[in-house]
Parts: sequence; C-alpha cells; structure tokens
Amino acid sequence: MSLKYTEEHEWILVEGDVATVGITHHAQDALGDVVFVELPAVGSSFEQKAVAGVVESVKAAADVYMPISGEITEVNEALRDDPSLANTDPLGAGWFFKVKLSDASQVNALLDETAYTAFAAS
Amino acid sequence: MSADTVLLNTPLNALHIELGARMVPFAGYSMPVQYPMGLMAEHHHTRAEAGLFDVSHMGQLRLVGPDAAAAFESLMPVDVIDLPVGKQRYGLLLTDEGTIIDDLMFVNRGTDIFVIVNGACKVNDIAHIQARIGSRCQVIPMPERALLALQGPKAVDALARMVPGVEKLVFMTGASYEWQGADLFITRSGYTGEDGFEISVGNQHVDAFARALLAQSEVKPIGLGARNSLRLEAGLCLYGNDIDTTTTPIEAGLNWAIQKVRRTGGLRAGGFPGAHIVLGQMDGTHALTRKRVGLIAQERVPVREHVELQNTQGVKIGEVTSGLLGPSTNIPVAMGYVDVASAALGTVIHAMVRGKAVPMTVSAMPFVPNRYYRG
Repeated sequence: MSLKYTEEHEWILVEGDVATVGITHHAQDALGDVVFVELPAVGSSFEQKAVAGVVESVKAAADVYMPISGEITEVNEALRDDPSLANTDPLGAGWFFKVKLSDASQVNALLDETAYTAFAAS
Repeated sequence: MSADTVLLNTPLNALHIELGARMVPFAGYSMPVQYPMGLMAEHHHTRAEAGLFDVSHMGQLRLVGPDAAAAFESLMPVDVIDLPVGKQRYGLLLTDEGTIIDDLMFVNRGTDIFVIVNGACKVNDIAHIQARIGSRCQVIPMPERALLALQGPKAVDALARMVPGVEKLVFMTGASYEWQGADLFITRSGYTGEDGFEISVGNQHVDAFARALLAQSEVKPIGLGARNSLRLEAGLCLYGNDIDTTTTPIEAGLNWAIQKVRRTGGLRAGGFPGAHIVLGQMDGTHALTRKRVGLIAQERVPVREHVELQNTQGVKIGEVTSGLLGPSTNIPVAMGYVDVASAALGTVIHAMVRGKAVPMTVSAMPFVPNRYYRG
C-alpha cells in the first residue's frame, strides 16, 4: 500500500484496517521549525476532515485534519517530547497518530503522490 | 492588503532571492521572512554571533531648520530639544486622544534630526508631520536610502573590520562613516535586545555593502520571522500588534519614554497631542483601566495574538497582542493588555487556547536580558 495525501497536507499510510497519519514534507517546510503538537486522545473518534490535532511553529499554528473517519488507536508520544521530528522525518519518526478506519472506501478518493505533488506545487 | 496590490522591492531584493529567502508581503514590500537556515537557527545565530537584517522598508526622513527640535517636540511626549548632538532617542507620535500613531527613533545630527519610522506607517507619518509642523521646519523623506540592521554580540567585530571607529559608539548614539566611497550613518541600536547597529546607506551602495558584511565570518542573513521572535523576547513593542491608535503610552507601559521635562511639573510639561490624557493617566487624575504586561506560560502550549485572557475566576480581563514559543526562553512568552487589577507581577492569569486555560504568570520584560553596549 502506497502513501495517499490530502489537500490539507496530511499523508496517510493504510495497512489493513489501520492507517498512520502525519503531515507532509511540504507542510513542515511551509510551517518552519515545529515547536508544539497537540495530539488527539487515544480512543476518540473523528469524522473525515474533522480537526484532530494542532501543529505549531514559532511563526504559525495549523490544524491537523482527519484524512479518513475512524478511531484513534495510538499517538506518537515521541512527537510531544521532540516536535522537531515533524521537520526532520515527517514521513517516518514524525508521524502523528494511527486510526482504525471506519470506512475504507474513503481512501480511494484521496490524492496519490503525483496528484499531491502537482497540488502542492500549484 | 489585497492580492492585487503591487508589492515594492527593497534594493536588496535580488540578494534575498539569491540567498534562497522565502519572500512574503510585509508593509507593502516583498520581504524575506526566513532564509534556508530557518527561523529558529536564525534566531539563535543572532543571539550568539551576528545577524544581518534588511529593514529598508522602514521610513527615513530628516527634519531641518532652527525650529525643528521644538516643532518635533510638539508632536511627541519626549524631550527632543535637550537631546545632545550624536545621541539617539525613542519617540512616539500621538493622536489628539493621546493614542499612538507610530513609534520611532530619532538622532540629533547637529545639522538635522534624522528620524526612522515603521514601514507600514511611513506614508501617514510623513503626511502627519508635514501637516502639523511643515511650516516650522523642512520635512525631507529619504527614499534614496536603504537601512540595514546588524545585531548580535559579534556585530561590533564584523562591522569594525569594515568600518573602523564604529566600536567607539555606545548604545543610542550615532555618527557618520564611510565605506568604499559610500557615506553611512550608523547608530548603535536595534530591535533584538542584543548589542548591534543600524546602518543607513544609499540605495546604490547597499547591495555591495550587504554582501561585504555577509562575507564576514560572524554574519548570516536573518528574516522577519526571527526579527519578531527576537524583539518579543526583548520585550519590545511591535507597532500594529502591541501598540496602535487604540493604546496610549501609559497603557503600553512606555512611561520611561516620557522624560521628566515633559511630565507634570516639568519645565516643558505637556504641549503634545493628547497631553491631558497621557499625563492624567500618569498622575492618576485620568482613569487607567488596562496595562500592557509580559506573560510567561506555565505549559509549553504556544499562546498567540488575539488569544483571550481571563482571571482565575474565568472573567475576561484582556487579550494577547503578541506571543510565541521563545527560541531562547524555550517556553511560550507573550505580551498583552489586561485590566489593571490583574497587571501586578506574579499574578496568574489564564490564556484561553482552543477552549483550554493555559496558566500564565504576569512577568517582567525583557524575557531575555538586554545586552546593549553602554561603554
């Protein structure tokens, strides 16, 4: 399963019925040095496009949206202690949370890498 | 600003782009918000070494004539007349209600008064000064000159290598110098809380001069993002955020900017726009309902401008006007206005961030110690 993207600059990696979510390289670059993240509570459920978290740099704050509907199963505690992981490894160690999908069909409508790259460049 | 407004460029625009700056609209100009090094590294570099800022969007002007000092003094609550030659001072243009039109710096250069005002305010400022005192002195805008700031503990080493003699300046003094045929007017001042200089140089020379500064081992280019975090940690007001035409100098806690000679009982007391309100707030004869305070968060949640402030009983007492996680303080710091009842140092108040109360302590500013060079 390859990465999918949203127009709100999240990435999502679906493995079975669980997906990992983070912010894109483009998003972290636009924000600058990340100094604070607010992560959702494990066990809470969100609809697609609901605000599930916040990421802040020195100069700006941005909401993190749910790419798909589901329940939070895990959050990246390391990101709380070292928010700069979102800058240094946004697609890896800087992941935000994991979600148990409630509607797997939503994934198909997300952007693939080519479409997202074109969107982010526009 | 609307999207179709044409942005102006400073004379260093090509250099910014060459250095890989991210350009943003600011005060009607396309300005570098950060370079590839990034805001955080730029901030730390300035506190440790020397940072070069292009502040050419700011307004430079000269007031000329035997009556210039007395005339300028009629617009501000500060002592202009007694400022010795070569000295610089902070000033405030006031409305007739005693609120702040702009804050500025001025130098008595002997032959004129050299004034630096905020970029976003310069057109209005010049019109205001011209309208109020244009009959008493010449008001001469200087669009032919650019302005650089070199800030940080090693600024003096870098600049003195190119312009010998600047090391003799002390904080809030200025003098004329020359570099490779270009005339410079340099003051030892700035907007970061660090030792440093502001350098006025002709547009045609600024690119070469800036490149020569950047070739010094201590110097890196610094964008507007770090300029904001540095000035906030230094407790310095940003016009448009922390002071504006709704705030008076006393509400803003800028009492220190009003010299004794202009205060009630002074030799030249009053005589500036809004004096009855400003001096009344100082004397206690006019109600002072709110004050600008420094705030330090007790948690790591950044607290930004427009965040509501409440007392611990949940009653709204004010609003944040500037706030961020200070790169040097490593904790969120802010300034804002609160009811005078909540303005005492040590008072715990609540900043309401996304519906949650972040406890903050009313704290003295600056948040990092000033390191001005006073000789």
